[in-house]
Amino acid sequence: MNKQAAITAEKNEAPDSEIRDFEIRDYLRLDMFPHFMCPGCGHGIALRALLWAIHSQGIEKDKLAIVSGIGCSGRVGSYIDANTYHTTHGRPLAFATGLKMARPDLHVVVITGDGDCLAIGGNHLIHAARRNLDITCLMLNNEIYGMTGGQVSPTTPHDRFTTTTPAGNKEPVFDASRLAEAAGAGFVGREITIHLPRLRDLIAEGLAYKGFSFIEVMSDCTEVNGRKNDLGSSPEMVLGQTRTMRPSEYDNNVVDHPFRPNTMNTGVFVRSDRPEYGATYRNMVDEIQALQQKGQK
Amino acid sequence: MTLQSSGQETINLQGNHACALGAVAAGCRFYAGYPITPSSEVAERLAKELPKVGGVFLQMEDEIASIAATLGASMGGVKAMTATSGPGFSLKQENLGYGMGAEIPCVVVNVMRGGPSTGMPTRPAQGDLMQARWGTHGDHPVIALTPGSVEEIYQQTARAFALSEKLRIPVIVLFDESLGHLVETVALPDVTEYEKTVRKWATGKPEDYKPYKADKDGVPPMARPGDGYRVHTTGLTVDESGWPTQKSAEVEPVMKRLLGKVALNNDLVESFEDMDCEDAEVVVVALGVVGRAARKAVRELRASGVKAGLFRPITLWPFPTKSFRKLTKKAKHFVVAEMNAGQLILEIGAAKTGRQSVTGLNRFDGVPISPSQIKQSIKEVLGHE
Repeated sequence: MNKQAAITAEKNEAPDSEIRDFEIRDYLRLDMFPHFMCPGCGHGIALRALLWAIHSQGIEKDKLAIVSGIGCSGRVGSYIDANTYHTTHGRPLAFATGLKMARPDLHVVVITGDGDCLAIGGNHLIHAARRNLDITCLMLNNEIYGMTGGQVSPTTPHDRFTTTTPAGNKEPVFDASRLAEAAGAGFVGREITIHLPRLRDLIAEGLAYKGFSFIEVMSDCTEVNGRKNDLGSSPEMVLGQTRTMRPSEYDNNVVDHPFRPNTMNTGVFVRSDRPEYGATYRNMVDEIQALQQKGQK
Repeated sequence: MTLQSSGQETINLQGNHACALGAVAAGCRFYAGYPITPSSEVAERLAKELPKVGGVFLQMEDEIASIAATLGASMGGVKAMTATSGPGFSLKQENLGYGMGAEIPCVVVNVMRGGPSTGMPTRPAQGDLMQARWGTHGDHPVIALTPGSVEEIYQQTARAFALSEKLRIPVIVLFDESLGHLVETVALPDVTEYEKTVRKWATGKPEDYKPYKADKDGVPPMARPGDGYRVHTTGLTVDESGWPTQKSAEVEPVMKRLLGKVALNNDLVESFEDMDCEDAEVVVVALGVVGRAARKAVRELRASGVKAGLFRPITLWPFPTKSFRKLTKKAKHFVVAEMNAGQLILEIGAAKTGRQSVTGLNRFDGVPISPSQIKQSIKEVLGHE
């Protein structure tokens, strides 16, 4: 953990006016409404935070590419008035890698979920993090496969009931942020949806970061996760998160066991100055082309 | 069909390298792939060539990532390609279907080796013909090209880009290990025409643009990110505006258009070689490297007075059924020679109109079919008369 970097890095704060002037309708495809999300789903708040962060960073909609996979998270991007790509299950990061390498002028944002990103697409996450290509990856972690009716996911807490763990989940979970960090992601952070301004600022910093930024949004699924486990209504679920997920320095000891800890930290965990892959690649191309021209002379 | 040589000097070139060079000549500026025998030389050559022309070469983490990245780059507006062999081709099928459904141009090369499973990585086979047609789930349009020489690999790879861009469809290029690793003296044909073929970009007001509203050729103009259209692309079935639908009244016309667009452009897509078919009693049907053996067999039999002919599809899918029927009207027998247990023969059985006999000549032991085997087969068929 690069604690020093976390402490000394300057926060990329947007001017107050850009935060105040935010009008979500400017960024939505309103003709596509009503949306598909269940009442109480945290994904809508994550969407608002993302759009607000995009606004605060002054990113043009024409230059914004939203890439998503399959699942509840996969549908969220469809409502954004931008270039949106709803790809195949688990593959948005691979698709986004091609898009960003081909079109470095685009701001590429991936919206994925815990199943999409950690299970079927887990290989792409670690390699996207390793390359450190300039992509912002928002992983909406609702700890469940919601779209298919509530099956266990790689982040479903221990002993949680799901349709495929009728006696409670006995498998250990992934800590997605630590996984991304270990694989080399240049920027890593986690936030819960109830702290909307904090989530907005975290995403904004991820968008501004030149490299692979991994942002784990702790969402809540009231319909097929909450109800089956008596976790209460949506407000109760998100208030529950405030008791178990706290902003603090990322402490390895707290999460250093195979099961999900009782408390999870939020905030920025990694800010590193690793080289961004796209720029590195283009430098190599420039050098090769320069050598070629020399050879031709 | 004969090749138009640009008249430049000849070079020694390997089939896989010809594939790489044909791609670059056609304007390919993005490649993503994963190492796999016997296609790796395609990637290795492109890793060298693409940076020289300012293109992107990526070795991805797996086969699925390779085609996903290829589709992503293509959506960005760049001509893009991936290459693989049997096991990798299996892994790519889902995303290949995404490209076909969402109408994303790209080229997918499959250098075929023995199968099933890991099979014989360094031995040739033609076992993926039907997989190329039906590999991905659901009904889908398809174009697959099967070059038969190093020179033709260069040319058909370049042509694959042109067809792909023009019809907004992933185009599959199929050849086998023996052609991929064959080194021949070739004069590279002129492919400028293919290089110039780029997709129809959306024009006009963004508010009037419908991403899946096709022109008369059955192909909708494509919007590029950054040009102001801000469209939605999805693997779900969509209506003309690109928004998902499951209403049968909306799905039917969209699916009909999607499945029909290749046939609508058959003049562009169809390609085959016919040798002495017109008056032939026995027509050998063979493609790829087997087509070469068949050519020699037919030539030798003709010299000894046997009325033999050769029909070699270069565009395998869609199969050139109409032309095949027209050319083989007088045939009494078909010999289908292929390096698999019998795949092309199914198509010939469906394509023939008369009561001709259809005999398969099959090898799936990792060795190409020889001219003498084909001659033998023809003689046996005629001997049964």
